[in-house]
Amino acid sequence: MPVASKSADLIRKYEGEILQDWVQAQMSAVTSRPDLMQKAELQEQSRALLQNLAQTLRTGADVADIKGAAWQDVRDFLDSVSQSRARQGFSPSETATFVFSLKEPIFARLQRELAKDAPALAAELWALTVLLDKLGLYTTEVYQKSREGVIARQQRNMLELSTPVVELWEGILALPLIGTLDSERTQLVMEALLTRIVETGASIAIIDITGVPMVDTLVAQHLLKTVAAARLMGADCLISGIRPQIAQTIVHLGVELGDVTSKATLAGALAVALQRNGLAITRSPQRPA
Amino acid sequence: MDRIPILKMGEYLLVTVQVDMHDRLAMTLQEDLADRIVKARARAVLIDISALEVVDSFIGRMLGSIAAIARVLDAETVVVGMRPAVAITLVELGLALPGVRTALNVEKGMEILRRSLETSRGNGAATEAVAQPTDADAQG
Repeated sequence: MPVASKSADLIRKYEGEILQDWVQAQMSAVTSRPDLMQKAELQEQSRALLQNLAQTLRTGADVADIKGAAWQDVRDFLDSVSQSRARQGFSPSETATFVFSLKEPIFARLQRELAKDAPALAAELWALTVLLDKLGLYTTEVYQKSREGVIARQQRNMLELSTPVVELWEGILALPLIGTLDSERTQLVMEALLTRIVETGASIAIIDITGVPMVDTLVAQHLLKTVAAARLMGADCLISGIRPQIAQTIVHLGVELGDVTSKATLAGALAVALQRNGLAITRSPQRPA
Repeated sequence: MDRIPILKMGEYLLVTVQVDMHDRLAMTLQEDLADRIVKARARAVLIDISALEVVDSFIGRMLGSIAAIARVLDAETVVVGMRPAVAITLVELGLALPGVRTALNVEKGMEILRRSLETSRGNGAATEAVAQPTDADAQG
């Protein structure tokens, strides 16, 4: 079990010096981002990591196994640093450099301290290299995970935002779709539409696909699924907002829209829906000036 | 409960499914309904499934075949009150029930049936003008 016990004493002995050199090195490195982080904050983070590291090393923790319980504190600290840096807009390599740059100041002191004992120096350097490399890579992993978390959250928000069902008229619902339709989204759209049909007792739903960038066989299939589900609830569906380009694609792909009425514009679909409900819009004889 | 009651109201038959349908129950309903349509000379069947929370492909197919049987016996069928979750499940199962008419609730379902009976009777009146007075007499 490789340990770095000498480094623990060394860090304790020269803590101030190492910290100063380390912060200096970080500030002057190309990866330094003074626009994103003040020196005081950097110093504070560096000091905390150094202390955490020294404490864990002193317990004789295995440097090859940073997933172990002994490294819990260090991992927690790196988690928070990495996550906050991901939010602040640091790049992954800038975040990892925070850990990697600690090598130089410690190695310099180790060399001085163990100048006469070459085998011990080599062993100590190796142990520290293994440790710091692993910790650096760990920050990258956490960074990536927190980024993925952000993306997943945004995706969820987008899904929720993008499925409004609006009541155009008594008994007429409109579902303006924006963005690509995948199966997960179709499910949400369907649920939203059917729930609104029950709530409003609507007999006609207009699915407007003006905001759908492309309609391939899969999207068409999803649309038809939604139409079929609405029909099972006793509501007819009209599809509107088919752009000329999309109409061409639909025909070239041989997509069958079945007996679903489609209209070029939402206005056209609304007119059909009103007519089916026995309603009509007329121009008032006295037009306001 | 070993069978679902079928209520007769004039030319209409009303079926309200109040329990979760299992396969045997659905089969029984199909047989009973076929019998009742013939015996009661019903012209329209309304099936309310608003209490139905779970469907599988078998029940879905059963609804379709009930409607088909009724059509063969010259009766309109409308399925009303399907829940959103049930509708989504049926669509995902690939059972869009193409031959079945649907409505949101009993009221709208009755409206559909009434209108379609009126149309068919209207057509009948045009071709069988002679038979009409006797019909009216019988009803009066």
